[in-house]
Amino acid sequence: MTPLRISIAGVLASVLLLLVVLELIRGRRLKERYALLWLATGVVLLVLSAWRDGLNTIAGWLGVTSYPPAVLFAVATLFILLVLLHYSTVLSKLTDENVELAQRVALLEERMSRLETSGQVMEQPTAHLERVD
Amino acid sequence: MSRKIVAVVPAYNEAAAIGKVVDEIRSFDPSIDVVVVDDASTDETASVAHAHGATVLELPFNVGIGGAVQTGLRYALEHGYDFAVRLDGDGQHDASEISKLLEPLERGEADLVIGSRFVDRGGSYRPPFARRVGIRVFARLVSILGGQRVTDTTSGFLALDRAGIELFAAEYPHDYPEVEATLVALRSGLRLAQVQVEMRERETGSSSITFVRSLYYIVKVMLALLMTSLRRYPRLQGARR
Repeated sequence: MTPLRISIAGVLASVLLLLVVLELIRGRRLKERYALLWLATGVVLLVLSAWRDGLNTIAGWLGVTSYPPAVLFAVATLFILLVLLHYSTVLSKLTDENVELAQRVALLEERMSRLETSGQVMEQPTAHLERVD
Repeated sequence: MSRKIVAVVPAYNEAAAIGKVVDEIRSFDPSIDVVVVDDASTDETASVAHAHGATVLELPFNVGIGGAVQTGLRYALEHGYDFAVRLDGDGQHDASEISKLLEPLERGEADLVIGSRFVDRGGSYRPPFARRVGIRVFARLVSILGGQRVTDTTSGFLALDRAGIELFAAEYPHDYPEVEATLVALRSGLRLAQVQVEMRERETGSSSITFVRSLYYIVKVMLALLMTSLRRYPRLQGARR
């Protein structure tokens, strides 16, 4: 059986995780898009911690007979791996976009300085909007 | 006094439809400037829009519909437009209905006007069952959290006055933005009006919401609504005239 103290600690830890994630979203320091996996992690760990019979049953399926809370660690590790993998893909995308932005800025700067030296001063941004009605 | 009006048209791979969309807006009212925000399309969307006389803002990579719309609204803010109308690039919004959206703005009665498919019970739009339920649930939630009855929170056909342009230029969700933006507007104290519009079936392309994405859509929007209602928003003074 899972010791009660481990269940209580698990519940407290997952509730804390959920609250921290939600507060980060509310304070706009975390986008919903990147918070969903963390929230899923918190909910699954909360359920497995609070639902003691369930944890024991799952441990039985997996052949973990001596110490059911090991399943909690395994599930937590799995979710952390998922989050890390997800962030790696996000990081890769951001890298590509960042390079593209830098390249475009370089091209724009070259174009700007060519226009400036050739005397074709950039028109005012609003100039083309003035119209005779 | 005539007002400076801009039509903001976000478009992603809409080369087949965008020319007609631009033409319809320009023939409806030639004094409206059309700004097509090309969200890094891989087809000829940008050049087609440009050839039909639109100002084209080309994003360097795909930023999603919300980021694209916000780009257009920042353009509107920077260039001093009084009103901005947002239409989709696929042709589902009828440009001749722009005047209906602008009327409450011109009378100074609203800061945000939503073209709704469900103001009248007799509207002809009959979405599939699952989508109808989703639209209704979101509308009900936004109504409760925002304190005003909203009939259609997923409509992309809307018009903004200067206060609305300022709000959404500063703050607009990046993906699946419409529902959350409606609540942000209400919580910021924008005056909201709704007018009945018809929407056409898509002529080309397909809806961006596939079955696989629906789950993400629902969870993300629910979470965003909850968070929006937990945040404090400075109450904007509606544009007084």
